[in-house]
Amino acid sequence: MREIQAQQITDVVEKLCIEANQYLPKDVQGAIRRCRECEDWEIAQGVLDKIITNFEIAEQESVPICQDTGMACVFLEIGQDVHIVGGDLTEAVDEGVRRGYDKGYLRKSVVKDPVRRGNTGDNTPAMLYTEIVPGEQIKVTVGPKGFGSENMSAIRMFKPSAGIEGIKDFILETVETAGPNPCPPMVVGVGIGGTFDKCALLAKKALMRSTDERNPDPYYADLEAEMLEKINKLGIGPQGFGGKTTALALNIETLPTHIAGMPCAVNINCHVTRHKTEVI
Amino acid sequence: MEKHIQLPLTEEVAKSLHAGDSVYLTGTIYTSRDAGHKRMCEALARGEELPFDPTDATIYYVGPTPAKPGQVIGSAGPTTSGRMDAYAPTMMSVGARGMIGKGARLPEVVDAMKKYHGVYFGAIGGAGALLAKCIKKCELIAYEDLGAEALRKLYVEDMPLVVIIDSEGKNLYDDGKAAYLASQK
Repeated sequence: MREIQAQQITDVVEKLCIEANQYLPKDVQGAIRRCRECEDWEIAQGVLDKIITNFEIAEQESVPICQDTGMACVFLEIGQDVHIVGGDLTEAVDEGVRRGYDKGYLRKSVVKDPVRRGNTGDNTPAMLYTEIVPGEQIKVTVGPKGFGSENMSAIRMFKPSAGIEGIKDFILETVETAGPNPCPPMVVGVGIGGTFDKCALLAKKALMRSTDERNPDPYYADLEAEMLEKINKLGIGPQGFGGKTTALALNIETLPTHIAGMPCAVNINCHVTRHKTEVI
Repeated sequence: MEKHIQLPLTEEVAKSLHAGDSVYLTGTIYTSRDAGHKRMCEALARGEELPFDPTDATIYYVGPTPAKPGQVIGSAGPTTSGRMDAYAPTMMSVGARGMIGKGARLPEVVDAMKKYHGVYFGAIGGAGALLAKCIKKCELIAYEDLGAEALRKLYVEDMPLVVIIDSEGKNLYDDGKAAYLASQK
C-alpha cells in the first residue's frame, strides 16, 4: 500500500490545467501542419496558417491558446494499492483547478446551476472521472473542454439492425450539422457500445487519445480511417469557409453492450484539442 | 479580396463588403456575449439607453481570458454567434451594424442584416492568442459583475476577419463549401 497526499494531486492538477491550456499537444500540432501541407484551397490555407501561428504564440508567450479554457475534465486512474491521505480527493482536484485557473490567467467559464446560471468564479467544479486500476500509482489527465464544440455533440440509441451503416451515417450527420460552429478542423471522438452514460464517456475518452494512435482492433482502425476520409470530403473546411481539412482525426472507443442495443455517441472537439497527463 | 476598413461601420462601407472578402478592421469595437446581450435588450425594452452608442457600432462576441500583467487583454477569440441570434435583430434595429463571431446564424438574423445593412464577420475560432495581438486598448464599460462576459470597449488595429454574411444575405458558409466541392469534381 502506497500513501499519496491529497496535496500532491492538487499540485499536479494545478500544473496540468495551466500547461494543457498553453501548449497544444505535439500530435495535434503535427496533424494541423500535415493538413496544411495537403490543403489546396486558398482560403483554407490562410486559416490553417493563422491557426499554426496562434498555437506558436501561445507556446512562446505562455498564454492560453483559446479564450475558452473550458470545463476542466479530470481523469484519475487510481491504483488499487494507493491510499489517498491528508484530504478529500474531490476537494483536492477542485483546489487544483481553482489554483490553476487563477495562476494561469485562465477564463472562469463554469456556472453553478444549469438553469439559474451564476458563475462560480473559480472554474470549479471539475468534471471528475475516477477509475480503479491495478498498481500503486495515480495517472492524472486534464482535458480542458470548450463548449463551442461540446454543444455540437450528439448521442443516439440505435437498434442493432441499424448496423455499421447506421453508425456511419450518424457520425457524418453530426459533423455536417456541426458545420462551422465547433471551430473546424475538428477532432471527432466516437463511443460505440456500453450503456447510455458509458457510451458518452467513451466518446470523451476517445478525445483524450493521441490523434496519431489508431484503435488496436483493425476493424475499428479501418473505420476510423474511412470516416475521417468521408468527413474530409464534406467540404466544410477550416472554420467552415470551405476546403479539405474539416477534421484532423477521428478516434473510436468501444465497449460490449446489451443484446437489444447499439448506442453511439459523437463528442466533437475543436482544433484546440487539449489534454495533458502526469503520473504520480 | 483584401480590404482595410476604418470603423465605424457606415452603411456605405457595409454595402461595399461581400461574403468571402478578407478584411482588416481598425477602430473601436465593443465586446458582448449571451449575458451582456440579454441585459442590453432588457434595457432597451425598458426604454433605457445602452452603455454605448450603438450607431454604426460593431460588436465582438468574445469573453477573453484575464490579462496577464503587461497584457492589454488575455486571449480573445470569437465565441459561437448563434447564441446571440435571439438578440442580434434588436441590436441592429437600434443602429448596431457589425457583428464579429463564428458559426452559423438564423434566417431571422440574415433578414435583419438585409433590412439594416448589417455585416457578419468571422474571426478565427480558437485563435485567441493571435487575435489578442491586434487589440491595442481595452476598457471595461459596463456589467462588471459578469466577469469575462462584461461589456468592454476595444481599440483594434488590422484585426484579421473574413466577411461571412454580407448585407445582401450572401453566405460564405454556403458558397465557400459549394465552390470547394465544385472544384473537386
